[in-house]
Amino acid sequence: MATLESKVPPGPLADKWRKHKADIKLVNPANKRKYEIIVVGAGLAGSSAASSLADLGYKVKSFVFHDSPRRAHSIAAQGGINAAKNYQNDGDSVHRLFYDTIKGGDYRSREANVHRLAEVSVNIIDQCVAQGVPFAREYGGLLANRSFGGAQVSRTFYARGQTGQQLLLGAYSALMRTVGQGTVELHTQSEMLDLVVVGGQAKGIIVRDLVTGAIERHAADAVILATGGYGNVFNLSTYARGSNATAIWRAYKRGACLANPCYTQIHPTCIPVSGEYQSKLTLMSESLRNDGRIWVPKKKEDSGKAPGSIPEGERDYYLERMYPAFGNLCPRDIASRAAKRVCDEGRGVGTSGLGVYLDFSDAINRLGENSVRERYGNLFDIYHEITAESAYQQPMRIFPAVHYTMGGLWVDYNLMSNVPGLFVLGEANFSDHGANRLGASALMQGLADGYFVIPYTIGDYLAGQKPGSRPSVDAPEFKAAEENVRSMTSHFLGIKGKQPVSHFHKRLGKIMWELCGMARTKAGLERALREIPALREEFWASVNVPGSAADLNQSLEQAGRVADFIELGELLCRDALTREESCGGHFREEHQHPDGECKRDDEKFGHVAAWEYQGKDQVPLRNTEALNYESVKMSVRNYK
Amino acid sequence: MSAATTTKNFSVTLRVWRQAGTKQAGRFVEYAAKDLDPNMSFLEMLDVVNDELTLKGDEPIAFAHDCREGICGTCSCTINGKPHGPGKGIATCQLYMRSFREGDLITVEPFRAEAFPVVKDLVTDRSAFDKIQQAGGFITARAGSAPEANAAPVPKPDADLAMDAATCIGCGACVAACKNASAMLFVAAKVSHLGLLPQGQAERDRRVLAMAHTMDELGFGNCTNQYECSAACPKLISHDFIARMNRDYLTASVRSVFKVESASSGGGAG
Ligand SMILES: Cc1cc2nc3c(=O)[nH]c(=O)nc-3n(C[C@H](O)[C@H](O)[C@H](O)COP(=O)(O)OP(=O)(O)OC[C@H]3O[C@@H](n4cnc5c(N)ncnc54)[C@H](O)[C@@H]3O)c2cc1C
Ligand code: FES
Repeated sequence: MATLESKVPPGPLADKWRKHKADIKLVNPANKRKYEIIVVGAGLAGSSAASSLADLGYKVKSFVFHDSPRRAHSIAAQGGINAAKNYQNDGDSVHRLFYDTIKGGDYRSREANVHRLAEVSVNIIDQCVAQGVPFAREYGGLLANRSFGGAQVSRTFYARGQTGQQLLLGAYSALMRTVGQGTVELHTQSEMLDLVVVGGQAKGIIVRDLVTGAIERHAADAVILATGGYGNVFNLSTYARGSNATAIWRAYKRGACLANPCYTQIHPTCIPVSGEYQSKLTLMSESLRNDGRIWVPKKKEDSGKAPGSIPEGERDYYLERMYPAFGNLCPRDIASRAAKRVCDEGRGVGTSGLGVYLDFSDAINRLGENSVRERYGNLFDIYHEITAESAYQQPMRIFPAVHYTMGGLWVDYNLMSNVPGLFVLGEANFSDHGANRLGASALMQGLADGYFVIPYTIGDYLAGQKPGSRPSVDAPEFKAAEENVRSMTSHFLGIKGKQPVSHFHKRLGKIMWELCGMARTKAGLERALREIPALREEFWASVNVPGSAADLNQSLEQAGRVADFIELGELLCRDALTREESCGGHFREEHQHPDGECKRDDEKFGHVAAWEYQGKDQVPLRNTEALNYESVKMSVRNYK
Repeated sequence: MSAATTTKNFSVTLRVWRQAGTKQAGRFVEYAAKDLDPNMSFLEMLDVVNDELTLKGDEPIAFAHDCREGICGTCSCTINGKPHGPGKGIATCQLYMRSFREGDLITVEPFRAEAFPVVKDLVTDRSAFDKIQQAGGFITARAGSAPEANAAPVPKPDADLAMDAATCIGCGACVAACKNASAMLFVAAKVSHLGLLPQGQAERDRRVLAMAHTMDELGFGNCTNQYECSAACPKLISHDFIARMNRDYLTASVRSVFKVESASSGGGAG
């Protein structure tokens, strides 16, 4: 059984981080260059970590499967990044951001981590501006803000609808600077396929060069995974197609606990599915909910009619009706479930009936089409490209889609997993968002972890490792891990079955979406736990992976990722079945208040569930970490 | 109201560049793509064709893609002779089959440029762009050293113009569209983005000189002001930035001749 020690420092909440930084062990500057750190992933979390650690003097190796670090999935974030700057003088503070995040997460995150996140949020904005991130500004030249869901203050910083792009390009430029200086060694198109654990500690990785097919061993004093979220387990999602869970899943199989996998976020405003060929779903930024009003017809019979022909009195602005205080800006999980419910009632719109309207006509009347274009023009353009419809003339049709995963590898306050020497940053870890993430807080967390947390906390571990003590890549553990990768690769190529990899990914996605999506039931999850293992067997018996292992082979890459998704999907359902309560993005039909809201069970489930691998075909072990709230009181979320 | 504006499925013929590796010779191969929904994206069409090839025992067509929403800059096909295809201001992944008609012959090739060698089929190696960035495409600001963000206001027009330049997705369409295979628009966009901001001033001269020299070294051609680059750019980045960069380059060159540099200035990437 794994030991899950949160290592939350003692003392008052607001002093913990400051005190911890003062108490933490330091590595002597002359010794830093003797330590090598592997950073897998160069999204916001990975690139900010790699450049910051290199600037401190460590030797860093950065690995990405992309052809350039600038292509990480972080690039696609649209809406913005939160920070408790209180530039708007509207009552924001570190405490309020902390509180909103804890509440938004439905009291399932670790209090001390969230407070630290809110504290360093202000430094992130300073850092990004210094790097040249062109945030939106007011006429006076000062930084502008907008509001986002789950908050009643305006604390979101943004760069048009491309905030993730600009933040990532900032972090990427720092990474390129350090690569140019020779302090970071960059390995692009290199996919980590195994974690090497020596003497119980993470000391290296096995990677496949995706262009030449070469399998390589890399040793280090510590390994950082910043490999993003696992939402593509649902196949269709707002993630980039290449986003995958392989790094964290292989680490899980080497002993790292995977926490709360069932906490997945379904975003309310995405463009609905149009056909079987669909490969991804496109997000329409949450910022649209600032000015767009969500509605469906009051009467089922009207759902097929042109929206313009439905009079005002026959429309149901259901979020405004149900949540008058937050209205269209209520948190994502709540907005998504509400959309599902009205569609289940037969009031959904569009050919599939799986859609609701997001209507800008009021905003256009109030502000004029030009102002609306200035705010959201690029989003309206994207919508037009995909659907061939103009949102200036008729309401958008939107529907929820998988968007983010709150679960991830378990980490302590230092962001270290239960495998010493293995650190996990960004979306790949579980710590800060509880059961539901608020908008504009993933970018904040990724950069907090990389720029401001790991540079301190990794020292605490490295100070205990003798310089030069890292194992050689000839150690038997490296050999065994390499063998593991090689045998998996040759196995895939040898099956020569009847179906392409995509066939299995689609089927897995359907099971997950139907049985473990926005609403989950005991019977449904039990069914999923029968169907997924059967799918896994079929996959290994009849997948067709053409080509060879000695060059660029996208089918082979995809096969490994889908194999992992199938196993992870099973764990996700198991976690959802075991968590007999509803909280945030995890909604169990059996556990709801009469008004349809989540019914938590703090007594029985006020904890983190961290799953531990027990070997092939063995039921994994469910460890728990109790969540102790010292400063806030766990209460029922209320957005009314 | 229905989702689709065009409704009837149709078929096209693809003429696709197949090349097993950088050193092997490539050639065009024709494939039939049948029963296509007009609401499919171009890349989804390739997915379907690839699944069919796999089932027939052929190797699928390798193509680069990731976000599929026009922001990561990974996708990079030249379609009917145009980088990213017939649309304006979009990347390959944002092209939908409704732009084509029954019976069309569609030629699909990789971005062509000496500095972007073909890796396989439609995939090219664009790491030269990263190298240009390493030379100077940054503002040196170590984590922890930044001043308060609102301490230096940035006039909104400058911030907006910097953002226009910063929207570059690094796809390389500008290079592929240029008959000289010049990377000027790419470099000019980065130089302008950082040079327009007060934070970018300290390294302004060094940046433009280092990036321009690295661009030349990597085998990109010269800019002869044809502006095919802007026309092919999925973000429609203006060629005005090239003129801006030329001014910056000139000033920096002149200044560097007269500037006395401290012998101990060291550091930084070169
Ligand atoms: C469409 C969209 C819009 C969003 N908008 C917002 C927003 O407005 N605000 C907000 O706060 N959040 C937003 N998010 C969420 C946010 O963008 C992500 O959670 C965040 O960017 C994740 O960053 P990351 O650094 O953890 O991982 P990623 O950016 O996903 O990076 C993962 C990295 O890991 C590498 N990698 C992965 N596996 C391997 C492997 N096995 N071997 C080698 N390398 C590997 C990849 O190459 C990549 O470099 C949005 C998400 C989506 C999908
Ligand atoms: S796939 Fe990302 S820009 Fe086209």
